[in-house]
Amino acid sequence: MKLRSGVFASSCLLVQALGVALFLRGFFPVPVRSVPRREARTDPPAEPAPPGTGMVSNWTKIPPPLFKKVVIVLIDALRDDFVFGSKGKQFMPYTTQVVEKGTSYSFIAEAKPPTVTMPRIKALMTGSIPGFIDVVVNLNSPALLDDNLIWQAKTAGKRIIFYGDDTWVKLFPKHFVEYDGTTSFFVSDFTEVDDNVTRHLDRVLKREDWDLLILHYLGLDHIGHVSGPNSPLVGPKLREMDNILKKIHISLLSKEEASLPNLLVVCGDHGMSETGSHGGSSEGEVHTPLLFISSAFEKRSAPLVQPEHVQQTDLASTLAIGLGLPISRNSVGNLILPVVGGKTMREQLRFVHLNGFQLSRLLQENTPAYEKDPGYEHFKIAEKSHGNWIKLYLEGNNSEILLNLGKKVLKQYLEALKTLSSSLSKQVAQYDMYSMMVGTVIIMEVLLLLLLSVPKALTKRAEFEVPLSPPLFSLLFYLMCLMLCAVHVIVCTSAESLCYFCSMSWLTAVGVMMLISALTCGILSATAKIFENSRLPPKNPTVSSSSWSEVDVLILAGTIGHVLSLGASSFIEEEHQTWYFLINTLCLVLCQELCRNNFLLKECDLQHSTNVKQNFDSIRETSECKNIDIPAESNSKLGKATSSSDLIKGSDKWISLATPWIILICCRLLRSLNQTGVQWAHRPDFGHWLTSSEHKSELSFLAAVSLLMIFFLVQRKCSLVSKIAMALGLLGVYSYRAAIGNVIFPWQHGGKDISKGITEARFVYVFVLGIIFTGTKDLLKSQVISADSNTKSRGLWEVYSGLVLLATLLFRPHNLPVLVSCLLIQTMMTKYIWIPLKFDAAQITIMHYWFGQAFFYFQGNSNGIATVDISAGFVGLDSYVEIPAIFLTAFATYAGPFLWAIHLLCYLSSEVSRNSAAVGHGCFCYALMRSIPVAIYVVLVTGLRYHLFIWSVFSPKLLYEGVHVFITAAVCLFFTAMDQNHT
Amino acid sequence: MREAEIGRLLAANLLCALAIVLAAVVPAVFLDGFSVLGTHLTWLCVCSVCVATLNIILHLILKPNQSPKRRSFAHKISRFLKCCIYFFMSCILFHAIIVLYGAPLIESVTETFLFAVLLSTFTTLQCLCLLGPNIQAWIRVFSKNGAMSIWESSLQITSMCSVLGAWFGAFPIPLDWDRPWQVWPISCSLGATFGYMAGLIIAPLWIHWNRKQLTYKSR
Ligand SMILES: [Zn+2]
Ligand SMILES: [Zn+2]
Repeated sequence: MKLRSGVFASSCLLVQALGVALFLRGFFPVPVRSVPRREARTDPPAEPAPPGTGMVSNWTKIPPPLFKKVVIVLIDALRDDFVFGSKGKQFMPYTTQVVEKGTSYSFIAEAKPPTVTMPRIKALMTGSIPGFIDVVVNLNSPALLDDNLIWQAKTAGKRIIFYGDDTWVKLFPKHFVEYDGTTSFFVSDFTEVDDNVTRHLDRVLKREDWDLLILHYLGLDHIGHVSGPNSPLVGPKLREMDNILKKIHISLLSKEEASLPNLLVVCGDHGMSETGSHGGSSEGEVHTPLLFISSAFEKRSAPLVQPEHVQQTDLASTLAIGLGLPISRNSVGNLILPVVGGKTMREQLRFVHLNGFQLSRLLQENTPAYEKDPGYEHFKIAEKSHGNWIKLYLEGNNSEILLNLGKKVLKQYLEALKTLSSSLSKQVAQYDMYSMMVGTVIIMEVLLLLLLSVPKALTKRAEFEVPLSPPLFSLLFYLMCLMLCAVHVIVCTSAESLCYFCSMSWLTAVGVMMLISALTCGILSATAKIFENSRLPPKNPTVSSSSWSEVDVLILAGTIGHVLSLGASSFIEEEHQTWYFLINTLCLVLCQELCRNNFLLKECDLQHSTNVKQNFDSIRETSECKNIDIPAESNSKLGKATSSSDLIKGSDKWISLATPWIILICCRLLRSLNQTGVQWAHRPDFGHWLTSSEHKSELSFLAAVSLLMIFFLVQRKCSLVSKIAMALGLLGVYSYRAAIGNVIFPWQHGGKDISKGITEARFVYVFVLGIIFTGTKDLLKSQVISADSNTKSRGLWEVYSGLVLLATLLFRPHNLPVLVSCLLIQTMMTKYIWIPLKFDAAQITIMHYWFGQAFFYFQGNSNGIATVDISAGFVGLDSYVEIPAIFLTAFATYAGPFLWAIHLLCYLSSEVSRNSAAVGHGCFCYALMRSIPVAIYVVLVTGLRYHLFIWSVFSPKLLYEGVHVFITAAVCLFFTAMDQNHT
Repeated sequence: MREAEIGRLLAANLLCALAIVLAAVVPAVFLDGFSVLGTHLTWLCVCSVCVATLNIILHLILKPNQSPKRRSFAHKISRFLKCCIYFFMSCILFHAIIVLYGAPLIESVTETFLFAVLLSTFTTLQCLCLLGPNIQAWIRVFSKNGAMSIWESSLQITSMCSVLGAWFGAFPIPLDWDRPWQVWPISCSLGATFGYMAGLIIAPLWIHWNRKQLTYKSR
């Protein structure tokens, strides 16, 4: 079967996308924990039986509640120093007073990354540590199916009222007797989200018909996102929260009767980093305050030193005990003992026993070798001594001895609890190794196949024979299939843990096995062919001895270097630096190449050319990078350059020489627009300066200028209709930004009411679709009616400009200069570098890929989840609609690489006259460039799966890589479709 | 004759390398608390000055580019001034390129500039010594097969190694090891220095091994 390299590359990439999907599914398993909550609820354990016969404890039920009413105030993004630090003293006087002198216990609760709201709520309410995949489904949080506190409370007949973030309402549908959810989407809203909660407060506090009240305040988080933790808005917000806490506390105290005290819990779901975002694992993000305030506690006598550290998951068990509920099955939390410290020793022992019993059962369900676990052993010992204690107690022994003995048992229990929950927390990172292996094998095989076919795919005709039938009918293929199927059966029947790949239907599994065997056979036959060819005498020795230019060396070294850097967590965090460094070097090398073209030839022609002096700087610098010892090269370069030097004349020559420097300056400016990464993310940048409210007019001016420049850069190759549509669309973009309050019109000075800008955004969408439609029409016309390359390139350009318009709409206004520079660099590179220097399609593709990567980071992205701009998914939408929101967010995030890829297609198809296989080569190289890092990274991540930073650094990067593969596969399909026309 | 010249080159280069080593060690005797990492700026100055002086002295002694013409005093002065200007311009250019690579524009400007001076010392100053303020000669030397003597080959190699050393020196900066040498611009300047020293040692060896292939066309 004959295949063109484009088709081959796209199909390879599709197979690879399949492998990546399988790997991701194995790497981020949907946490399989305890049995579903509604089934087989065993009775709570009785107190450990005292040894000997005769005596039996009568405590077999869940202990009664310790508190009557419980109010949980969750303040989103409340960092520990907002309460315990100087800010707390300044802005939260009442809370500080309660913490320091009142009847309260305060702790610092550590949140596990990802520090994003929904997984944190899950952790608080289930006590389990949600898997990383929860972040991905954060957007359309489905109902929580695990056993959790809210469900337990509801089953026990407690009436729960909830006000706040509507994530809760989605997580716990029909659990609340009364609720009012506020959406957290409009991040610029600081007051309304909280007023929405507070307005119910007075009414609810007067009433008696509830047992659990949950309030989730979002305002602080929004302030953090927009202006950071040191914003002047934080103080008033904390004061507001303080007043609310005061109100609730006083009301709870006033209502207290003799029977049972009330409890007020104040906590944060996560903190915020120094820039105000969250999601990662920096200290500010993981440390949140946790206060228990109740009249049941002893008044604090000594001033508070430093709050003790606890885990966020401990809240669920503590509250379950406090409310007299069974502890949720999947909870890995420990009871916070001081909270029940006022109870008798027997009760305290009972509580920790319940907790330990629940933890050890969870351990039993999750590890086959649970009996060897030190925590389990500790627990069994403690249980035994507990039984002895009960015996003494029931015998009515001396209280002094009993108390001391009890304290000892309590200590044993606490030790056991700690060990149990730490070994359970480790289990969260359970990987579905089998699926991961299958995925890795597919990915690696595709990479090998691509690498082996490089020499053939990049020939003039970009076509090669894929020997499909011989391997398919060979004995090897069937043997491999059989063997793999046997392995599959063995693995799936023996594995204790559930595995995704085993749960697929056997037909699919066999299909995947056949795919793997076919790929292996393909690789083998390709290798065999290469050996065969190498044994034959080479037909044209010149090809093999073709010399490498500096650009080639740099491209190779850069690709390898980047791939290797993925093994280090800091290099992943700072990956933008790698790309900036590489494109900078690339520009300098290009500059040197240009100089050589422009000057060296003249030197050869007329010995002492006069105009050498002027641009000596650039020459001297770049010539230093030159290789000095490849004699063969200068000849080939000479020949190549003589022809091209004629093209560059006069002023064009100087512009062309200046181009790399202009690009370098552009890149330097963009770099200081958005500080990303981790280490230097807190540095001030233009982006923050522009988005702060004092600089609205500057931002508006910049946005307007950028929109104008985008128009001028894009319109030149469009038809008249698209030009007009483009202009109107860009106007629409500005009015959209003005409508949602990001920019202002010059005539508008006072505050205008802020809307969601739905009309304006939809107006722009109409033009985006219109332009893309026109482009597609042109493309179809060129394909079906006439093979007119002019129509085709215009069509492609129109599709491209439609996408640019979409990106303009979705980008935040301060990011518009990124788009302008993108267009500017593309224009200049095409005109002054690629065309005159006559690079081949492969080199140009790789340069496009590099620039695309750099622009991914220029637009403010990073390899952390926190930088994904989710608001792009809501542009022009009334409410959350899944498919468009995901599409728009993905487009806005990957706009840089995507636009560069489409530009590559535009460029290469205009180059077809020179090299008919250009598009095919481009497609092949693009696929190769994507599959090298992803294949290596998959292997690296498998090796590093127990690394400390696996959740905070490596997993987000894996997600980014995975999504990028899917996008590249789509791009390559588009390439192939365009390539089809030209045969 | 060539063997002898290679010997001289080796001696000169080893002297340079020794000077760099001494520049890192000796000032500690005179200056209190001097160390390459601790007082990096001082070390940058000392190293640049040492290498510069030594280069100029070696150049005056060895006279690798024998120019037979006797020049007037005024011409020499103008030549010297030109050299100074060129050196300064190369510092500025290096500074600009370093900033383009992402060095902070305003803060730690002294560090960046001194690093640029160091790089210029390793590259431009040698060119100035050897070739004088003659851009065309520079272009010739730094193009393929442009070297016309072993001195020029050595110049090519050392300059390239210094720049490459500085380039590789930037790699450890993003790592979160919090080592003192990761502070800007220490790793880069150390990289450049090590690159330069490597170049000094590699150059004579490389010329020695390739002396058969190296055919310098004479003017
Ligand atoms: Zn939150
Ligand atoms: Zn948030």
